Amino acid sequence: MKFIHYLEKISGVEILGLVSLAIFFLFFTIMLTWVFRTNKQTLKSISQIPLDN
Amino acid sequence: MQIEKFYYDNKIVKAFGLATIVFGIVGMLAGLWAAIQIYYPASSLNLAPTTFGRLRPLHTNAIIFAFVGNASFAGIYYSLQRLCKARMYSDKLSWMHFWGWQAIIVAAAITLLMGKTTGKEYAELEWPIDIAITIVWVIFGINMLGTIIKRREKHLYVAIWFYIATWVTVAMLHIVNSIEIPVSFLKSYSWYAGVQDALVQWWYGHNAVAFFLTTPVLGLMYYFLPKAANRPVYSYRLSIIHFWALIFIYIWAGPHHLLYTALPDWAQSLGVVFSVMLIAPSWGGMLNGLFTLRGAWDKVKEDPVLKFMVVAITCYGMATFEGPLLSLKNVNAISHFSDWTIAHVHIGGLGWNGFLAFSILYYMIPKMWGTDLYSKKLATNHFWLGTIGIILYAVPLYWAGFEQSLMWKSFTPEGQLKFQFMETVNSIKPMYITRSIGGGLYLVGALMMVYNLYKTMAKGSFVANEAAEAAPLVKEAHAKKEYWHRVIERRPVTLLVLSLIVVAIGGLIEFVPTFLVKSNVPTIASVKPYTPLELQGRDIYVREGCYTCHSQMIRPFRDEVSRYGEYSKAGEFVYDHPFQWGSKRTGPDLAREGNKYPDSWHYNHMYDPRSMSPGSIMPQYTWLLDNALDTASTPAKIRAMRTIGVPYPEGYDLQANKDLMQQANSIAANLKKDKIETPPNVEIVALIAYLQRLGTDIKAEPEKNVTTTITTNK
Ligand code: HEC
Repeated sequence: MKFIHYLEKISGVEILGLVSLAIFFLFFTIMLTWVFRTNKQTLKSISQIPLDN
Repeated sequence: MQIEKFYYDNKIVKAFGLATIVFGIVGMLAGLWAAIQIYYPASSLNLAPTTFGRLRPLHTNAIIFAFVGNASFAGIYYSLQRLCKARMYSDKLSWMHFWGWQAIIVAAAITLLMGKTTGKEYAELEWPIDIAITIVWVIFGINMLGTIIKRREKHLYVAIWFYIATWVTVAMLHIVNSIEIPVSFLKSYSWYAGVQDALVQWWYGHNAVAFFLTTPVLGLMYYFLPKAANRPVYSYRLSIIHFWALIFIYIWAGPHHLLYTALPDWAQSLGVVFSVMLIAPSWGGMLNGLFTLRGAWDKVKEDPVLKFMVVAITCYGMATFEGPLLSLKNVNAISHFSDWTIAHVHIGGLGWNGFLAFSILYYMIPKMWGTDLYSKKLATNHFWLGTIGIILYAVPLYWAGFEQSLMWKSFTPEGQLKFQFMETVNSIKPMYITRSIGGGLYLVGALMMVYNLYKTMAKGSFVANEAAEAAPLVKEAHAKKEYWHRVIERRPVTLLVLSLIVVAIGGLIEFVPTFLVKSNVPTIASVKPYTPLELQGRDIYVREGCYTCHSQMIRPFRDEVSRYGEYSKAGEFVYDHPFQWGSKRTGPDLAREGNKYPDSWHYNHMYDPRSMSPGSIMPQYTWLLDNALDTASTPAKIRAMRTIGVPYPEGYDLQANKDLMQQANSIAANLKKDKIETPPNVEIVALIAYLQRLGTDIKAEPEKNVTTTITTNK
């Protein structure tokens, strides 16, 4: 069990940059669409939760 | 619909609250003591347990896990019940969590002072305690999720999201970073070595800041700020964006602690890019907090709770503005290893965490005792004293960091280094003194709070079980308008899993390749494992916490190369379990300390640093001259090292002590030439062996591999 020598090579570290970028955009697109499609009234009522207890 | 009657458990909140106060004071005292030792080393009393190298980990662990940890738990147990309209899932689990956590804290305090440490910052605790932490953390998780599942409120308020993300991420960080191989009951070696260890450690270290000191506290902010101001948060939509963006981006930023080090370039760049991006969600969160108070500033004037919160949130904004700045390579070149970092973390620690903890204590305690705060005036005084304390703490250290760093980098027109290391230390001693005064004021303020809260408790009467009522949650028949977003917002487990995925992606992309690609860590043929004596010496180095003041990482800058020697290569650390790169240069870098001075110099220096370096602020290590070296542990240590891939020959564990004694005898003989009589089997001899080995391996390397390329930094 030697971490230093696990896999001798993995080709193309460059692809990591692209993958990161893709994940990044995907994540934010989904998240923002989701947030902005949420009904304003719902958000408003949720934001009241701390106050009514 | 039947309205149900139930009771909030205030007793557990009280317990965590009291623990916050007690350990807060202890942690601050330890910090103040350590701060004084920096300019007055004799105040360590010359006792091993109270020297800087052991006190500093005690301080950081106490503040992070005992003070902020207990404060977060108090706030979570208080707010979670109310946000879910339900009592905690199980009182038994609540109390197991409480006592388990306090036992861990006590065990941590004792072992850290004994010098039992893994040598990895903020993860210093040894393996049995690591396991205990895991168990208690799981108990906390079950209790929290159980409460969320039996809630009487349809929606999960955003504070709960922060709590869930905290729980799952801390679990992941703790487990990954604590993988270590036990040598004995209280000694282990990190599974990872050198560069990998550094990367995992700072991925952990940075995200401990993110997910232990930030996300739970943001959750508290999103509950207690609207509560105290009696108005909903400025934009709930923004708070959702804040949440997802923050947990997504934070996890990638760890490598900014390792800029210009022997870490592969691409990993450094990734760290920088994400650190810069972090400013967006952080400031979104800060503005959301501050805007909540728009039009309510008259309330802030009246209410100490809001006062503390405003400064806390402002400090959050300052620290998260500064963080990305510090991760820019050219700023980092100056700030890293200097007191600038210490100033930065204390804006976060004293300002953001400390003040937020104070504010929720000032809020919850009168509420739970059914009374008003004993003295608003005293609390306001605490507020001002604390604020002045923060300024007096941070400003001198910013200055000290800047000044010392520029001095390190100064050259004479002839191209010589302008200042000796000690000259740079001497010039910032006044700043060290001022900072301890700032810390002192902050502590006095906290003591005023203790008195104030005590008086509040005395005049009120504690409501252990607070009555409340709410309608139970009915299972909704599939409504037509079941929007897809509700899937997340109402299902805690989905949220938990999604959070885990989001935080795991960053971690994976960041360090999997480092493990996989052998070429990322070019090996250097002349780098060999430590001899048994050096290994023992290294363990003493770790035990005494030398890494809290010394780095072992020469960055490729002109001044560092002139001052310390050839810059450090990734391949030099492949046998370092754990890595000891350090994060602060209160003393000089030691990466190439080997063969710099005679053995006798080290002997005298460790006995009394001021005899060799007048004005030095390094502690005396007199006990190392007398303590017998524990050679019985050598075979187990060699075996453990072999298990994790250090190429000692088969069966070497049994011969190691013979080699050890041989090398010790030769060092003792060497010392004798300089008129120092010492038995060979004392700890100082092992430590000298280690110090003399440091950074010497690559000198045996053919010339072509060690050419220096120098990054000129402006
Ligand atoms: C409170 C911070 C502090 C701690 C803890 C500390 N040192 Fe130091 N150390 C210094 C300072 C400051 C100097 C520079 C002045 C001097 O030479 O004493 C120094 C200098 C040194 C030097 C000489 C470096 C050189 O090249 O001139 C060595 C070797 C050293 N320390 C080893 C250790 C060891 C080993 C430990 C742990 C047992 C340790 N130090 C703990 C602050 C510290």
